Amino acid sequence: MEIVYALAIGVLTGSGVWLLLRPRTFQVIIGLSLLSYAINLFIFGMGRLTIGVAPIITTLEPDPSLFDDPVPQALVLTAIVIGFATTALFLVVLLASRGLTGTDHVDGKDEDEDEDEGEEPRA
Amino acid sequence: MLPRRIATWRCVCSSCGVADSSLLTNAMSLVWIVALPFAGSVLAAFLPSHARNVAVWLAGTVAGTCVALTVQLYPQIAQGEVVRAVWPWIPALGLNLTIRMDGFAWLFAMLVSVMGALVILYARYYMAPQDPVPRFFAFFLAFMGAMLGIVLSGNLIQLVVFWELTSLTSFMLIAYWYQRADARRGARMALTITAAGGLCLLAGMVILGQIVGSYDLDIVLASGDLIRADVWYLPALVLISLGALTKSAQFPFHFWLPHAMAAPTPVSVYLHSATMVKAGVFLLVRFWPVLAGTEAWFWIIGTAGLVTLVLGAYAAMFQRDMKGVLAYSTISHLGLITLLLGLNSSLALIAAIFHIMNHATFKASLFMAAGMVDHETGTRDLTRLSGLYRTMPITTALAMVAAASMAGVPLLNGFLSKEMFFAETVFVSGNLITRIGLPILAVVWGIFSVAYSLRFILQVFFGPQAKGLPRKPHEPPLWMLLPSALLVMACLVVGIFPAQTMGPFLNIAAQSVLGAYMPSYSLAVWHGLNLPLVMSLAAMVVGTALYLALGKYRRGGAVVPLISHFDGKRIFEFMVGRLEALADWLMRWCTTERLQTQLLLLIFAVFLVALVPLRGGLPPGNMAGLPLHPAFALMWLVGGACAIGAANQAKYHRLAALSLMGAAGLATAMTFVWFSAPDLALTQLIVEVVTLVLILLGLRWLPPRYAWIDDGLRSFRTRVRARTRRLRDLVLASIAGAGLAALSYAVLTRRAGEGISSFFIENSVPLGGGSNVINVILVDFRGFDTLGEITVLGIVALTVFALLRRFRPAPESMELPPQQRDPNVQAGGAANPDAPLPAGAMMLPAVLVQLLLPVAGMVSVFFLLRGHNEPGGGFVGGLVMATAIILQYLVGGTAWAESRTRIYPQYWIGFGLLCAAGAGLSAWVVSRPFLSALAWHGTLPVIGELHLSTVLLFDLGVYFLVIGATVLILVALAHQSVRAHRKAAVQTRPGAAVEREAVLEGRGAAVEGPGGKES
Repeated sequence: MEIVYALAIGVLTGSGVWLLLRPRTFQVIIGLSLLSYAINLFIFGMGRLTIGVAPIITTLEPDPSLFDDPVPQALVLTAIVIGFATTALFLVVLLASRGLTGTDHVDGKDEDEDEDEGEEPRA
Repeated sequence: MLPRRIATWRCVCSSCGVADSSLLTNAMSLVWIVALPFAGSVLAAFLPSHARNVAVWLAGTVAGTCVALTVQLYPQIAQGEVVRAVWPWIPALGLNLTIRMDGFAWLFAMLVSVMGALVILYARYYMAPQDPVPRFFAFFLAFMGAMLGIVLSGNLIQLVVFWELTSLTSFMLIAYWYQRADARRGARMALTITAAGGLCLLAGMVILGQIVGSYDLDIVLASGDLIRADVWYLPALVLISLGALTKSAQFPFHFWLPHAMAAPTPVSVYLHSATMVKAGVFLLVRFWPVLAGTEAWFWIIGTAGLVTLVLGAYAAMFQRDMKGVLAYSTISHLGLITLLLGLNSSLALIAAIFHIMNHATFKASLFMAAGMVDHETGTRDLTRLSGLYRTMPITTALAMVAAASMAGVPLLNGFLSKEMFFAETVFVSGNLITRIGLPILAVVWGIFSVAYSLRFILQVFFGPQAKGLPRKPHEPPLWMLLPSALLVMACLVVGIFPAQTMGPFLNIAAQSVLGAYMPSYSLAVWHGLNLPLVMSLAAMVVGTALYLALGKYRRGGAVVPLISHFDGKRIFEFMVGRLEALADWLMRWCTTERLQTQLLLLIFAVFLVALVPLRGGLPPGNMAGLPLHPAFALMWLVGGACAIGAANQAKYHRLAALSLMGAAGLATAMTFVWFSAPDLALTQLIVEVVTLVLILLGLRWLPPRYAWIDDGLRSFRTRVRARTRRLRDLVLASIAGAGLAALSYAVLTRRAGEGISSFFIENSVPLGGGSNVINVILVDFRGFDTLGEITVLGIVALTVFALLRRFRPAPESMELPPQQRDPNVQAGGAANPDAPLPAGAMMLPAVLVQLLLPVAGMVSVFFLLRGHNEPGGGFVGGLVMATAIILQYLVGGTAWAESRTRIYPQYWIGFGLLCAAGAGLSAWVVSRPFLSALAWHGTLPVIGELHLSTVLLFDLGVYFLVIGATVLILVALAHQSVRAHRKAAVQTRPGAAVEREAVLEGRGAAVEGPGGKES
């Protein structure tokens, strides 16, 4: 299971990073979502993978080793909600930017056709 | 020069612990002296801008009360007592707020408050009716309070706070006429120099406090030997000197003062001659007992004072502006005081204190005269003014006496302190150079002073009558003359009867600084024919000759001979310019505006950082993994393919990419279910839906993009470069993915360390009263984090709302999309808000969705209530409810949905925050810390056993906030379709009101963006 889980994180990360580096705002927003799946899974994985031991206490004196780690879960739960909020904010910013600049390029200006998708870092 | 043994004065303080009623009232008066100006400042700030007389009365009353309170403390002070008021401030650091008054502080407080009162009266007549006078007095009073705060501080840090406050208020006062560029520039320069000095002072005070082990002024003042012997003495001295020298406009920081003259003249009178610039020398006097007496002190303070003394007097001779002459003269006189303090002699210290007072009286009076000339003639230009004695005789007389005092003419107070200064330079010990050089330079200074004083008076008030002045000169009103007249009177009275008038006050001030080491001295006009008197006479004769020899410079030239190349202002602005250029250069080389480059570097850097711990390789894991389940592998085969597909399609097929992303999200949610995280799975699932709807709503506004058009436009070269870049990004993305996968695998195959998790599991029921540990963590153990998080959520929602209010879509997206123009889809009266159901294709879904709403509402409340013990909670419940509301919009359209129910998501956000914060605050009722849970467990007659907890209230807050924020974001975005079409319709087809209704329905159809067509 662990190997599949790790590969899933890897594939999500790779797709997300690839999209983050693209020039169009829509690509970036999709990339951020994919990357946030990967990161949430990664943080959740810090509690190790367990099956059928949700942290819902059933006995009076619970044995911590019999439950999944609740801390990463609590962290990820808030991360999911905040992730939604930031996606919304980013979406609105990109729409406003598109309205103001007339382009959906991440820098707010389309380079010349020659420079389309130009992303050479300056030396 | 040999340091004399310096008096370390052990305070004979009347302890404020004594519950003596008179002491208590004294302490209260002290508090009022500092607090009243600030209170007055706040009041004045709220006055309407034309309330001129009210502001003057307010300010005058405050200043007058401060004078009265200070006077009333004199009997105690005269007996050598130290009056104090102390409050604990930061007890952990040993910091107390202390207001403390001894003889020296009393004298300075009198100076500040009496001068304040006089200047307020003067300003009443100086300020023009169209100036916003209350603003002036608000800053003026704040400055006065800050100045009194410096003088009366009994704590080093507190002193620095007030010190910086004077810098800030002085900035506001110099820039009072902010429409003038010179005022803004002068204010900025003054603030930069004095505030930077203030920071140095803070550092110096901290060192001093660390050496002594206390920040209490009395303890510090009693530790002179300890401080001077410490290795940190020199750094402390340098830093404190920087603070004092910048404030008192000493060389090489003197240049800000002439440019601060852009301030209204009352400000120049008060800040730049009588009080604020005196704060620097005040500090030097205050710490004289502990810092002075060393070679370093002599060289730093003495040299700065000497250079300033001569340079200021020299430059003053050539100024063209009346206030310029006075500004440089002020610099020079402050140099004199600084030099006296630097001489390490207690007699010189007394002379310095005396000169602080004398200089304040004659210089303030002269500034007032300059202001009156400016006010009545419209100019202060020495090249234009002439012969004013005919039209302004009283002003002329007052200015003459004050200028004579400035020049050091006998029978005036300036003469007395000047004689004391000459005497000190004559009797200075040390090597030949100082013994001969110092008296000579003192005489040179005296010559310059006589020359510029003569020039000031003769140019402005005598000679032929000036022609072509902006205004016809006449005598100012008597009330405006009064403050100046009182000051001139003081010059005369003190000058003739020094021992009877100034003597006692000077005595107690010097006594409080010097203590047991008080030397004997006599204040008399006539000390016999001695060397200082000869020096004075020589200075006067040669000075008059110099004035006559000035020739063409007499009328005032543009440049100061010899030193005009060393213009501090030019150097300052050059340095500011260089700093800005350096910042620009750094920005150009270290940053880029291009997001792609930034992200590329960021990801690369993160990758490198993550790689560092793995340098030495990694041993194999120590934990056996779970057996592989084929269904899980299959699920992620699909999920991974979806993720890659989304990455591949996001440019040209947006809807497809969005759907694929959703599928990957579903796989994530399933994974949470699989591995014992039902809460996460629920949340992820619903957030997935909401995110999808959100982005669908946005698709409508993105530009169409077609692969075949893009490819057709590209040249071969561009295509090659694009491919290279993609290859590079692909490599980076692959190694990032592989790296994170490897890292995850490495972690997952190792046993977890001992963390804090067991605490939460063990204490969830006993302490949190809930069996769902996740929920207990969120709403109880880490409730504060959650409160912060929902606040962020609310802020984001409001930001989205605010951003969309000014949203302007691109012109080409304003058109109705083709789907909505299709008559079959428009479906007749679908958007009729009064119809019970939307007609047409949407009717059936509308029925289902309407039925769904109560069910969804119930489910959401169910999740909310069970959340504490079972999977669920406020987040999930709120999201479920929000989804149900959004569905109404999707199916019925905006107008239809909103005609049925009032939806105020903003109120829900507010209510949610109030609930959560109220739950947190309720703990205070029983004196528990914020957000402690209160629970009540009992039995009710019919209902039975009941458990109530503020945790539920908190979760209710989360629930409402999540609904409000989600609905607000989505509805605000959805409304854009309606707004934009309405706008487009009005613009293009004014009569298209019928169409508008159809357009309102476009909410649902808006999801068919350009991406839809391509998918």
